[in-house]
Amino acid sequence: MKINRILRCIGVLGIVCAAGSASAQTSGQYKHGGDIVVTYKDDVSTLDPAIGYDWQNWSMIKSLFDALLDYQPGTTILKTDLAKEYAISDDGLTYTFKLRDDVKFHNGRKMTAKDVQYSLNRVSNPKTQSPGAGFFASIKGFDELSSGKAQSLSGVSVVDDYTVKIQLSRPDATFLHVMALNFASIVPQEAVEKWGEDFGKHPVGTGAYKLGEWTLGQRLVFVKNADYYHKGVPYIDKITVEVGQEPIVALLRLERGEVDIAGDGIPPAKFLQTKNDPKFKDLIVEGSQLHTGYITLNVKMKPFDNLKVRQAVNMAVNKKRITRIINGRAVPANQPLPPLMPGYDKTYKGFSFDPEKAKKLMAEAGYADGVTTELYVANTDPQPRIAQAIQQDLANIGIKVEIKSLAQANVIAAGGEPDQAPMVWSGGMAWIADFPDPSNFYGPILGCSGAVKGGWNWSWYCNKAIDKRAIAADSMTDPKDVGKREAAWRKIFTDIQDDAPWVPVFNEQRFTIRSPRLAGPDGVFVDPVHIPVHYDFISVKDGM
Amino acid sequence: MTSYLFRRIAEAVLILIGISFITYILLFLVPADPVRQIAGRSATPETVENIRRQLGLDLPFYQQYWRYFSGLIQGDLGRSYIQKTEVSALINARLPASLLLMVAAIATELVIGLLMGVVSAIRRNSNTDQVLMVLSFIGVSAPQFVVGIILLYVFAVVLEWFPIGGYGTWQHVVLPATTLGILGAGWYSRMMRSSMLNVLGQDFVRTARAKGLSRVRVIFRHAVPNALLPIIAMIGIDVGIFMSGIVVVESVYGWPGIGQLAWQAIQRVDIPIIMGVTLVAACAIVIGNLLADIIALFVDPRIKLK
Repeated sequence: MKINRILRCIGVLGIVCAAGSASAQTSGQYKHGGDIVVTYKDDVSTLDPAIGYDWQNWSMIKSLFDALLDYQPGTTILKTDLAKEYAISDDGLTYTFKLRDDVKFHNGRKMTAKDVQYSLNRVSNPKTQSPGAGFFASIKGFDELSSGKAQSLSGVSVVDDYTVKIQLSRPDATFLHVMALNFASIVPQEAVEKWGEDFGKHPVGTGAYKLGEWTLGQRLVFVKNADYYHKGVPYIDKITVEVGQEPIVALLRLERGEVDIAGDGIPPAKFLQTKNDPKFKDLIVEGSQLHTGYITLNVKMKPFDNLKVRQAVNMAVNKKRITRIINGRAVPANQPLPPLMPGYDKTYKGFSFDPEKAKKLMAEAGYADGVTTELYVANTDPQPRIAQAIQQDLANIGIKVEIKSLAQANVIAAGGEPDQAPMVWSGGMAWIADFPDPSNFYGPILGCSGAVKGGWNWSWYCNKAIDKRAIAADSMTDPKDVGKREAAWRKIFTDIQDDAPWVPVFNEQRFTIRSPRLAGPDGVFVDPVHIPVHYDFISVKDGM
Repeated sequence: MTSYLFRRIAEAVLILIGISFITYILLFLVPADPVRQIAGRSATPETVENIRRQLGLDLPFYQQYWRYFSGLIQGDLGRSYIQKTEVSALINARLPASLLLMVAAIATELVIGLLMGVVSAIRRNSNTDQVLMVLSFIGVSAPQFVVGIILLYVFAVVLEWFPIGGYGTWQHVVLPATTLGILGAGWYSRMMRSSMLNVLGQDFVRTARAKGLSRVRVIFRHAVPNALLPIIAMIGIDVGIFMSGIVVVESVYGWPGIGQLAWQAIQRVDIPIIMGVTLVAACAIVIGNLLADIIALFVDPRIKLK
């Protein structure tokens, strides 16, 4: 048994958020009490951890619920949470979790191993319609449950009240990250059964906050969980989330002191003005995120079935200019993985901006006289402007691009067809990792499993040899292989980029704007996992 | 009257069925897959197909519509794909806010529009008339999101007379109602002016003047009620215009009404909500027109409903 050793190794694999903040474990320097107002434009869809899967409800769910594992605040370093310790068998197929015995649900009942078993069965059950069910596919019995042949996961068993054993059907180096996802949150069976499909509106978890009020279309109020097992947190007594607020209105209200966090961030049109305004200087926190914005080149469609054309496009796009278009809210990218992700290759040069060389490649590919193609893009600002910049860049090498600016859902649908979208600009739909592991950037968006109708691999790139290497990398569960695994993934992504199915354009930075009365380490305001803000670790200066 | 009402209600039901059918066809034809939206990007093909099956979206169009329609006649608008909540609950939670905004906006546009129209008509071709008609032209032409942002900036941010968006007090309703009302006020002022000019030239007005009645009494007792008839019919049509306007205005002011709900649902291809809001809006338009007909009956006893 390798008790907790893998945790330390994954800690090495995970790198501290670029915001560089220390973890916010200390409570002495932050005041308790007070309340804050957070605003969002859209309604919160659901707070059911098995269902919620958007960046808006992600951190709210994290504050209402807990999973067996979590991350150090403001970082991508895994830590135990509801589990106090765990052990992994030598073959990497059995995980035994010892649970804390001092955890209570918001309804007052103690959490036990049976709740863990119930929660994993629930999220994997097709009747739950969880968008995250696929993350649990490596647990033994998942296929039987998925196909309706079984009613529960045979691989999950309760050893005693505070010990749960999970057997996998194949080694899965990402499994601990999966157990830290919102989808792996522990829920009480009686509350789920009481509310049925409305559990997402009446959430009962073990988290730092509990839901006090939800007025549809207006506000949600989260109140401090006095029984929270992590003593000393949260700091704030009450968080009111007001919905239906346009980002520009939220910014004006923040300036007036009516709002503490503008959840949707700074509106693009006001970004430079706000950033350069001295009164906002200390209120904007910048952080990296696990994000890459890219153009997909459909390898099944002409002219992108030709490697030289794909390489030419990679050389023709002026990424620096595009980052200027979005007011410098990103850094240019040269590979699929973002710099914050383990496996990112700092030495990789990729395709440098060289329109002359690109023109030569086009001629070599047989397109000396140019070619016409289409670029699909979401119709919300700034995506069409970015598409126009790409259009101009490609015109310089003889590629005439017709821009198809559509609603996001239509772009997703077009990308999911093998013969519809020759190019897609991913802006607004770009990949943000579910967890800080390179494998999460492969399967759905660059692997063969995603190159299916309705899938998210819009370049339709499917390299079976690389698929095998990816499976091999994810089978390296031994902690001593962490470095080897990271190197394997590094090579996988640079090899893919040599095939140029994407033009990685930029890695977006995140900017959170907050009121002067808020305190907390910068990292928790741009938390790479508790997106966008780790509510448990922020405080107000005028608290008690 | 009773038979007229029954006939209008029967017509309304047929109109709503037609609207539900056409909207459902349009949503069916949209090249976007709601299941992909629900399933999320990491879902396996099996998960996607399973969700499609459970929602009945793998069925042929006529079966899907029949399922929806069967629920509809039992008062079931379905569950939101994304919010996982009964659509009726979502609409019920937001409808009072939209109705309040609509009533306030209609009051605003009537007060401003009718006053402008009457003043323009009695001061025909004067500078006042010219200025008022230019203002009405601006009111009709200015996009509501622009008017909304300007009013918000001037009266909420700079002058701080009203709150910056939100809902809850009478102060919150002033700016959104004015934004919505300005467009209608432009129309009403022009209509009222032309209607008043028409009435002021008629014999009964001349007779009233000849009887020695005061100018104010002639205008407000004799001319205005007669000039109002075409305006009342317009209010019914106005409900439809409001329904499209509230989508924009509710978003600008963070007003928690069904317009905002519709906008969010359209972005997420949340078909049950889009259907529900469309039907509620259609109901409002049908009821608005019916009420306009009935009010006209009381204002002008010469009108008979058949």
